[in-house]
Amino acid sequence: MEPLSNRKKVLEQKPMNFWERMYLPAVLKGMGVTIKHFFRKKATVSYPEVARPYSKNYRGLHSLKRDEEGRERCTACGLCALSCPAEAITMISAERKKGEEHLYREEKYAAVYEINMLRCIFCGLCEEACPKEAIYLDGPHVPADYLRKDFIYGKDKLVEERFDLHSLR
Amino acid sequence: MADNEKLKVSIDGIQVEVAPGTTILNAARQIGGDIVPPAMCYYSKLQGSGGKCRTCLVKVSKGSEKDPRPMPKLVASCRTTVMDGMEVQNITSNEVLEARKGVVEMLLINHPLDCPICDQAGECHLQDLGFEHGAAATRYEFERRTFERIDIGDKIQLHMTRCILCYRCVFVADQLTDKRVHGVLGRGDAAEISTYIEKAIDNNFSGNVIDVCPVGALTDKTFRFKNRVWFTKPVDAHRDCPDCAGKVTLWYKGEEVLRVTARKDQYGEVEAFICNTCRFDKKQTSDWVIEGPRKVAHTSVISANHYETLKPLPVVKENPKLQEANKYQFERSVRL
Repeated sequence: MEPLSNRKKVLEQKPMNFWERMYLPAVLKGMGVTIKHFFRKKATVSYPEVARPYSKNYRGLHSLKRDEEGRERCTACGLCALSCPAEAITMISAERKKGEEHLYREEKYAAVYEINMLRCIFCGLCEEACPKEAIYLDGPHVPADYLRKDFIYGKDKLVEERFDLHSLR
Repeated sequence: MADNEKLKVSIDGIQVEVAPGTTILNAARQIGGDIVPPAMCYYSKLQGSGGKCRTCLVKVSKGSEKDPRPMPKLVASCRTTVMDGMEVQNITSNEVLEARKGVVEMLLINHPLDCPICDQAGECHLQDLGFEHGAAATRYEFERRTFERIDIGDKIQLHMTRCILCYRCVFVADQLTDKRVHGVLGRGDAAEISTYIEKAIDNNFSGNVIDVCPVGALTDKTFRFKNRVWFTKPVDAHRDCPDCAGKVTLWYKGEEVLRVTARKDQYGEVEAFICNTCRFDKKQTSDWVIEGPRKVAHTSVISANHYETLKPLPVVKENPKLQEANKYQFERSVRL
């Protein structure tokens, strides 16, 4: 049949010569490639004893930030949950009581803040939506677990540790 | 001129015939669409409202058929009545857009911009106005005004810092309730909405000040910090109320009614004022006859993440076999 285009390439297959028919040189050449890799630097690391550094813009586990006085920045405005394409974030807000000024930055705070890590796609839109710079995806990746309910991360896992600003300098 | 004669007006080049005595704003609303000037203080259901916020400024490029001279300054369209043959420019005039931008900046001078905390966020007219007409940054460098917090009862929360002094709530108090107990004290920069000697508002229609407030200065205390507006689902409902029309919007979260408001039209004005019993005391689904989900404009944030079904389809919730199988998955020791 007439070809539709002129791009067809006809392959010529010559009969193999003696050395090629013996296969041994080809086998040795292949082994050589394999053995060469024994003496090279390993491409893998033995996780979890050794962990690779994450790239600078890696988006991992979320953390809820504190301000310079150690108060939670989140005011439960709901913009992260609104922007979330996977609908992974839920929250319940509460009003700050008298005497809690050292705990929460603003009048309103998130009493419950949960992220379903199975739903989350780590797109970082919550980070972009946050008007209070309260949420950042700066953690490592989500560790494995057995039950689905354990992937719903509450404030105990999300809120970052209190830190002393002066000791950082 | 006979009284029943219609006047011809053109707004942004669109012709409309209106009855004498109509304001430019209402003539524009008869046309509808983008050419309607925004209004922060004018409220068609409240007599005498308007003329305070200046966001509805328009340019009259031709006064009337008899006197075709343009008006010397921009005029407030909510207060200026139309003349025969009048030509009005709103969005086609750069002067108007520039002036409106200035007005928005002026309104935002003392506004605290605490939208992440404010319960009005999502249905706030000042937010919409700022988004559409305002500049991204402020040039104001001084302290914003603050007020001592005044408690005006357990149903309504007053945030004086957010107030833009539109006087709508004062007109509600004047026209809907018989014993007016709150008004504007002070003048100019020092003016503030307050109740006289901090007297609690207890009239049965006082709750309507929440609905007419274009910003978050007067909000529902029973809804305070309960949820964000865009996570709740508006559902139209009615009930046989002896005091008011009883036509309301219920704002659901799950199966719980978080808030009851009057139904608002496209200009954010209520269709009928509702009484405090409906607004604050009837928060059970059994109190109401449900009419169906409320239509929300797709441009509104309230339409985000919304599904059209009234109730989500029960999957695991009503199937004992699935419930048993997923027991460990649903079990959660504490809500954190």
